[in-house]
Amino acid sequence: MKSLILSALLTLFAAPVLACETFTLGDLNIEHAWSRATIGADRPGVFYVEITNNGSTDDALIGIATPAAGMPMLHETVVTDGIASMPHAMSIPVPAGQTVELAPGGYHGMLMGLTTTLAEGDSFPVTLSFQNAGEVVVNVEVLSLRAEGPDCDDAN
Amino acid sequence: MRLTRLQKILWAAAGLATLAYGLLVLLPNRASEAVPQAAFRPTFTLPDAEGRVRTPAEFAGQHLLVFFGFTNCPDVCPTTLSEVAQVMDDLGDDAALVQPLFISIDPERDRRLGLAEFTAAFHPSIIGLAGDEAQTRAAADSFRIFYAREGDAAAPDGYTMSHSPALYLIGPEGDWLRQFTYGTPATDILADLQPRL
Repeated sequence: MKSLILSALLTLFAAPVLACETFTLGDLNIEHAWSRATIGADRPGVFYVEITNNGSTDDALIGIATPAAGMPMLHETVVTDGIASMPHAMSIPVPAGQTVELAPGGYHGMLMGLTTTLAEGDSFPVTLSFQNAGEVVVNVEVLSLRAEGPDCDDAN
Repeated sequence: MRLTRLQKILWAAAGLATLAYGLLVLLPNRASEAVPQAAFRPTFTLPDAEGRVRTPAEFAGQHLLVFFGFTNCPDVCPTTLSEVAQVMDDLGDDAALVQPLFISIDPERDRRLGLAEFTAAFHPSIIGLAGDEAQTRAAADSFRIFYAREGDAAAPDGYTMSHSPALYLIGPEGDWLRQFTYGTPATDILADLQPRL
């Protein structure tokens, strides 16, 4: 029943090219929030986003929360001497005047304890917590399992 | 006729350039001739999702794209398998000449979570292999790749895996041809693969 309500909630949020939506929090611009479809809910999902700090003060992403997963965490894929590992990132720096990408092969949100399967076309909210700017809720679009990122006109 | 100093330098430069060009043309040929003697043939003996034991022998005549990973991996593994899936789609009729293999380095959990549904979700042609610990270690050693289980209280089941994330290309006679480093785009893999088929 819980997953049914959640599915309904997820569908409610569904809209085309959501991942191209831009969210603003103070000097921060947040866009290209997307995730990959999952096979069932037993394996972790992923969360990617792009954050631009237009201000003159450094900030940092210190946490994520979402009703879609019981235990969302920030991780970084690191390839050292040909070995990939995925350490937990305590915080992700968002320096003044720079853009930070959570993208395949680098920083990413790992969504453990998914409450439901993430299906292509769904969307779900993620709350981003920043050290200075505070919190903002963004809509995350679920793209196909094979997606490498959202197809936005402004994407580079 | 006496050559000026400048002319001597120019002739020397021309000579060097000819020599360099000759080496460039000859060396790759020599390198490819050297392969049969120095062939490195990594091997594996691993059961697929249905429990049928697979070895390189049954894939003779095909090129193999081999990736070591684990299905609980949210970032690296889906990225690489997506590239492989794209390559298989783009190969068209030549796809029959290439067999992609996903070798689990976390076999017990991957069997429990479902190996076949995982590989099929990326591309139906991908065969997933998951053996026991000894078989897995033997395959990884044969490919000279690294993997390790790392305790992480915050990870699902309390651990995660670190591993070599490259994609390996094995030739129709079973010899190691090259590796594609993690993040190589599908178009680059395809461009390397197509002239070989």
